[in-house]
Amino acid sequence: MKSLIQKLVETPGPSGYEAQIRSVVRAEIEPYADELQVDALGNLIARKGKGGAGGIKIMLAAHIDEIGVMVTQVDEKGFVRFTTLGGVRPYTCVSGRVRFLNGTSGVIFMEPLDDMTKVPTFEQLYIDLGLSGNQDAPVKVGDVAVFERPFLDLGERLVAKSMDDRIGAAVLVETLRLIKDTPHQLFFVFSTQEEVGLRGATTAAFGIDPDLGLSVDVTGSGDTPRRTKVRMEVSLGKGPAIKVRDGGMLADRRVVDWMIRGAEKLGLPYQMEILEGGTTDARAMQLTRAGVPAGCLSIPTRYIHSPSEMVDFNDVQQAVQLLVELVSHPVKL
Amino acid sequence: MAILIEEIHLPQIGDEQLKLLERLSNACAVSGDEGEVRKIVLEEVRPHADEVKVDALGNVMATKHGSGERPLRVMLAAHMDEVGLMVTYDVGDGIYRFDTVGGVSTSDLPAKAIWVGKDHIPGVIGLKPLHLGNSDEHKKPVDLDDLRIDVGPVSGKVKVGDRATFATVFIRQGPSLRGKALDNRLGVATLIELVKHAPPQIELQAAFTVQEEIASRGARVAAFSFNPDMAIILDSTPAYDLPVWDVDENVRYNSRLGAGPAIYVADSGTLYDPRLVRYLIETAEAHGIPYQIRQPGGGGTDAGVIHKQRIGVPSVSVSVPGRYHHSPAAIVRLSDWQHTMDLVATALFYLTPKILDGER
Repeated sequence: MKSLIQKLVETPGPSGYEAQIRSVVRAEIEPYADELQVDALGNLIARKGKGGAGGIKIMLAAHIDEIGVMVTQVDEKGFVRFTTLGGVRPYTCVSGRVRFLNGTSGVIFMEPLDDMTKVPTFEQLYIDLGLSGNQDAPVKVGDVAVFERPFLDLGERLVAKSMDDRIGAAVLVETLRLIKDTPHQLFFVFSTQEEVGLRGATTAAFGIDPDLGLSVDVTGSGDTPRRTKVRMEVSLGKGPAIKVRDGGMLADRRVVDWMIRGAEKLGLPYQMEILEGGTTDARAMQLTRAGVPAGCLSIPTRYIHSPSEMVDFNDVQQAVQLLVELVSHPVKL
Repeated sequence: MAILIEEIHLPQIGDEQLKLLERLSNACAVSGDEGEVRKIVLEEVRPHADEVKVDALGNVMATKHGSGERPLRVMLAAHMDEVGLMVTYDVGDGIYRFDTVGGVSTSDLPAKAIWVGKDHIPGVIGLKPLHLGNSDEHKKPVDLDDLRIDVGPVSGKVKVGDRATFATVFIRQGPSLRGKALDNRLGVATLIELVKHAPPQIELQAAFTVQEEIASRGARVAAFSFNPDMAIILDSTPAYDLPVWDVDENVRYNSRLGAGPAIYVADSGTLYDPRLVRYLIETAEAHGIPYQIRQPGGGGTDAGVIHKQRIGVPSVSVSVPGRYHHSPAAIVRLSDWQHTMDLVATALFYLTPKILDGER
């Protein structure tokens, strides 16, 4: 599974421009899906199972978009100004590297500040492509780029940019591969534009109209030094997290209990998760049409929205085991 | 009057269109109270559309049917409302407290002439008297609480709930047009012309929407109702293209006057469908129509809600650039309006379902 994860995190796919990552995912799941379609917003939707008596429609969502940047101006000297796609922060940018979808690479740095101890604003950042002027610049206004950092295998722990949410996509791909039988109609949705407001999941959920919605996404962890202001119980290596609430959603209590029962049946470790900020595709699913019972299976992650997000590989594998178990049997909420 | 260029009837902006824009700009239609503009729109489109209705929120929905079994359903949206003020409290003696509706900067308000209510009662926005001789008071930003609408003692004419707009009369100044609410009366005027010159092969769903300035409430339901295959949103976008004096280059101009229609790649509400963006750019280049790419990020249009309706609607926005939107008077270039009209009309003329081939 590690090579799958590496392939997914190293493929570019900033919000709104997911074509490349979508075709990589598609190639992975094509042999296992009963039906595949791509909708108006670029969501890749794979159906598995015909449903029938004792089965329901379950939508499983992991987003394939990642945060990135978009060119707003190439100045006379060839320096590039940009805006952000999703929750990028200035301090994760300075001295970082970016790669545009057309292959061009560059460095982000900042103008000299009046007070060099302060964090710069985005207006003070720029991308240096190493040009001598803006004639024949390889990028133009509207071009998009992702942060560039190779996948790092530390053994038990894995580090990469875009673990959010390629790790969730990897979990869904593996789950789809491993399912033998299911009474349900499962819709594996590799959703787009989550980072800019859950947009792909909103329209995908409307189209599918599921009976239950579950997203697989990253969540924060409270196990790094000096976390005194915002405490969080969730830690790497203590199992996948079952989301109770986050900044945009109160998980359906019945869905939470269903997930707990599944984990206990298999004797898997798990953690109860409360995330103070941020939300996932589950929120969009919950508010679709007349409402959908929804929850989220989370992968504890350090340094979210930086180029070096870290997860525990055991947590990831246990998440796959739990998900296969949950969707292979009838659901009693 | 339309000029025949090859087979395309490209709407030309002449006296008739300028007079229409003048009526629209001078009309007062603050979000939620769009009646004056709606009336003009209905008069203009009724003789040309196959179906016209006004929905529960006040959107005007005009359809021109397409030929063939299953023509491409193209929703075109232009919002009828403008930003403005609403009277909230009668202080007495013709003086009223008020609130802003939509994005109005309070620093644009003191001493401005306004029109209040459907009778356009003239008034002035007054600033509470500052303590004489205290220079600190002058440095504070203007607070809404310190402002009042003053219409003088015209009893019974002004009521709580009445809207007010800047009292700007539309004029043409050589190559430029100056007026209030050019955001988005330009879009409304453009859409009216497009309904009058609708190409035969598409199902043209024209939505003259309400309440865009307060989060696109009209467009949301209009898009649900029309259920289109794709959408083109006509709006206005700011041009911050005055020279910046303290740095070498103005890198945050958003759009520029005279550079043609501004095509959107991304704003804060929408990541536009690259197939539609590409189609507009290719159309502009093939027909020698000047265009610019609006700087990505910030702002938003009705597309923000339209593209997320039902199972999703591939969308693109095009705007006429203007300086000083949301202030008493904006300035636009006539040539930018003509080129915007040319671009959208040409794009519609050559539009086929093939535009949605392939994945976004």
